Amino acid sequence: MSDVRDLTATAAAEAVRAGELDPGELFEAYRARAAADELNAFTWVAEEPPVNGGAKEAPLGGVPVAVKDLFCTEGVPSQAGSRILKGYRPPYTATVVARLHEAGAPLLGKTNQDEFAMGSSNENSGFGPVLNPWDRSRVPGGSSGGSAAAVAAGLAPWAIGTDTGGSIRQPAALCGVVGMKPTYGACSRYGMIAFASSLDQAGPLTRDVTDAALLLRHMVGHDRHDSTSLRFPEEISLPSREDLTGVRLGVPEELTGSDGGVEPGVRERFEATLRQAEALGATVEPCQLPHAPHALSAYYLIAPAEASANLARYDGVRYGLRVDGEDGLLAMYEKTRAVGFGAEVKRRIMLGTYALSSGYYEAYYGAAQKVRTKISDDFRAAFERFDLIATPTSPWTAFELGAKTDDPLAMYLNDFCTVPMPLAGIPALSIPCGLSDGLPVGFQLAGPAFSENRLLEAAYALERAIAFDGSAARA
Amino acid sequence: MLDRAQVLHVARLARLELTDEEVQKMAGELSHVLEHIEKIRELDLAGVEPTAHVIDVAGVVRADDPAPSLPVEVALANAPEPVETPAGLGFGVPSPGQAPGE
Amino acid sequence: MLEYEPVIGLEIHVQLKTRSKMFCGCQVSFGDPPNTHTCPTCLGLPGALPVVNERAVQFGIMIGLAFGCEIAERSLFHRKNYFYPDNPKAYQISQYDIPLCRGGHLGDVRIHRVHLEEDAAKLNHLGQSGRIHGADRSWVDFNRAGTPLVEIVTEPDISSPAQAREWLTVLRETLRQLGVSDVNMDEGSLRCDANVSVRPRGTRELGTKTELKNMNSFRFLERGVRAEIERQISRLHLGESVIQETLHYDPGSDSLTPLRSKEEAHDYRYFPEPDLGPLLATSELIAQARDELPAELPVQRAERFERELGLSAARAQELAFRAELAAYFERALAAAQSNGVGEVDAVELANWIPQLVERIGDADPGESKVAPESLATLAAMVKAREVSRDAAREVLTRLVEEGGDARAIVEREGLGALSGDEDGLAEIVERAIASDPAAAEQVRGGNMRAIGPLVGYVMRETRGRADGGEVTRLIRAQLGLG
Repeated sequence: MSDVRDLTATAAAEAVRAGELDPGELFEAYRARAAADELNAFTWVAEEPPVNGGAKEAPLGGVPVAVKDLFCTEGVPSQAGSRILKGYRPPYTATVVARLHEAGAPLLGKTNQDEFAMGSSNENSGFGPVLNPWDRSRVPGGSSGGSAAAVAAGLAPWAIGTDTGGSIRQPAALCGVVGMKPTYGACSRYGMIAFASSLDQAGPLTRDVTDAALLLRHMVGHDRHDSTSLRFPEEISLPSREDLTGVRLGVPEELTGSDGGVEPGVRERFEATLRQAEALGATVEPCQLPHAPHALSAYYLIAPAEASANLARYDGVRYGLRVDGEDGLLAMYEKTRAVGFGAEVKRRIMLGTYALSSGYYEAYYGAAQKVRTKISDDFRAAFERFDLIATPTSPWTAFELGAKTDDPLAMYLNDFCTVPMPLAGIPALSIPCGLSDGLPVGFQLAGPAFSENRLLEAAYALERAIAFDGSAARA
Repeated sequence: MLDRAQVLHVARLARLELTDEEVQKMAGELSHVLEHIEKIRELDLAGVEPTAHVIDVAGVVRADDPAPSLPVEVALANAPEPVETPAGLGFGVPSPGQAPGE
Repeated sequence: MLEYEPVIGLEIHVQLKTRSKMFCGCQVSFGDPPNTHTCPTCLGLPGALPVVNERAVQFGIMIGLAFGCEIAERSLFHRKNYFYPDNPKAYQISQYDIPLCRGGHLGDVRIHRVHLEEDAAKLNHLGQSGRIHGADRSWVDFNRAGTPLVEIVTEPDISSPAQAREWLTVLRETLRQLGVSDVNMDEGSLRCDANVSVRPRGTRELGTKTELKNMNSFRFLERGVRAEIERQISRLHLGESVIQETLHYDPGSDSLTPLRSKEEAHDYRYFPEPDLGPLLATSELIAQARDELPAELPVQRAERFERELGLSAARAQELAFRAELAAYFERALAAAQSNGVGEVDAVELANWIPQLVERIGDADPGESKVAPESLATLAAMVKAREVSRDAAREVLTRLVEEGGDARAIVEREGLGALSGDEDGLAEIVERAIASDPAAAEQVRGGNMRAIGPLVGYVMRETRGRADGGEVTRLIRAQLGLG
């Protein structure tokens, strides 16, 4: 059984397509492990294998995928990590999940997450925190903590999550797996329970870069149900280049925490990886993103504002939790939402509502959208001189459960390297680049819109050179 | 910088019932976060266009072709209070006292 | 006491006659079993997204073109945030500061803006009263949620309740002829709120306005607006001020109640809809919309009738604002001009249309038994004094009942006009004068007003067949006047 789980998803798919591996056996191997999950990574696990045959002919070879709870899966609980949607079973499936299913990746289970994707530690879930497989006293990161932990622990061959301010990349970094946020619009958002509409994007969490490329290939594409979705201009290729000759890497001073914002152990691994990049033929030079220090502020105005509107539909009228004490409509609204939402969600709804409220719009939301324009401009300028931008993914390694829950602002600082990219709509990924005190460190690469293939190529070459071994977490 | 009255006002806009303790805590937390965020107001943003959409997706429309709707039982499947009326199934709710904003 | 004048603006919501909803493919419907036309998008399910209906945009552009508005090449959708059971996402997708159309006019009322948005669901009551107040539980039908709406806002150019009603009638007719909506107030495809204020007569500054809602017929609109004007003026005369508020009109008691609590108005927290890119009014869409516009809309037709046919403004509007009337009138006119039915001018003919309407009500004259040619003939006969005006009215009634030819009816019923030389009219005039020497003396003395009783005598004797002008001429002649 454990042989099967040693295979990467790509290798497993190839084996199934070659007739060397039975897809049913593969599915059951993972299903059993997922069902025995001790990390609280899953909120729902399939009880039986999928009915269809056809795995052998399908590009993804029947390799099952773990799906973040906030993707609607017809007839299967889709709760976005929130008690206000406890037990909610949607009547339709998210486009991205349907596409993966059609390509031969059936649903393994739904993964735990920070409630409505708001958080960087998966401690905000309505269904309990997720534990980091590298050290169960620590957080896996968030909001896609369940997906990251599941892949890192070998409970799922691969997974999908969503990234709004870093929610794929940061847990990937803390769990020692690969995570990617594509260009905004590359993947359909139809059926993805919304947090911040102009920032949310679906993406893969995988054991290695090749798996990420394969999964992403079957996620991207225009969807007529999503008016913000785009046709991806080229096919996502499986990377093969083993060097970085001619690749110009820019390292923004503002995001490398030379002022002490980044933990020393993380800085060390980051610098070492830059040296490895140079050894592979890349040039590494400093670059400027002058408005990057304000990205966090802009993000924490825009995202909560959009979220405050996106979460208003959870009002107890048509679905989900309802607290109805016969005290009238207003009481029903207020009590339902008080009971159903956790503290972080309430905080962000309050922040967002305030930012949009009469008299404050221009000063807060309006200003943030202007800062956003400046950040996009900064990236555009940087990409005239550089192919890709490199930063640490997370300023620190996995912290202890409860270490930052008392200070929302401290928790928000988890995201300072990852939020600029979604604000600009550009793609970025994180690969594990080593350990610091036994905990994984993530290395982030970002590129211009639609540069996914270039990103994957560069990440692949680095990954080979780094030769990170994540098997300890899978034991 | 956010006082109790403001917190209560925003909570009402957001239809969130907060305990007294929560109101106090929220006032502190939000003020703390806003202090940090406020710094963007020091930037010179004169003449900068706000980003309404980060990608160029203007003019996306669909043809006026009807598509199948959900069967009524499916539409009501998750309803907290499905109601059978002479006309058919509906979503039961407490009555509004007045119009929007009561 | 200071005299006040009313200042009225209207805010109209029109349901568009598309096949599917504004942002999803569910069918637009009315009266179907509840919740049978819903989907994740119009139910506001988690994860659902909107996609714009192109036909709704086209209809919006057609309306803008009909009013001569400026059509925005790029307009934006905004979220209008508020909680209510009929609002499935707890925000309505609407347009805010960059709407589809701005400016323009319809008749002498300027249009402020026209924009697209989605309709709310239908909230129904389980209580006995059938009214929203006083019920304990309600229920929601989402069939209507997401139906495309156009919101039309006028400038405060309307100056009386009657004018509000008239203008709304023109609007309704215009939209009907555009084919963009059923504009049926009973079914809710046309809804109208009014903004009302008053100001001292002759001044220009606007007073505080109130918003009136729930006037769901033309009659109630006029009554509600009138009641509010009176209420505001009373307050001002008492030395009190008008408070800005929203009032709900109750037709039963013809009174207004404040709808919202005394607290501040809604904070809708508008922001650009992130799920939809800017709306483009492409040159293709505008060209397609222009192609679909009827050759002539009611206001233009009225102006043409005035200008080319010499009709009075009032008569021109009366005929032009109902498509069937205008069509019938023009056929009658064509018949008159080409079939040699005798000389009749447009004004003369136009005066007969209201007579026809009086007899057939709202029915389409084109489907009545009165052929346009017949009406033209009748009008010509009156003009040629072949039949008196009174007798002609009788003929018209016959035509409505049986159809046929006007001339034939006149002959059959013996309704031809009496003239002085034949039919003993002169003799009847003599008897009239003899019957009332006092009046005759007055007339002889130059007081023409006294001729009434004499004319009346003749009319009675001739059962209305005498031509009034001819009778007057004979009386004057017999009394020795010129």
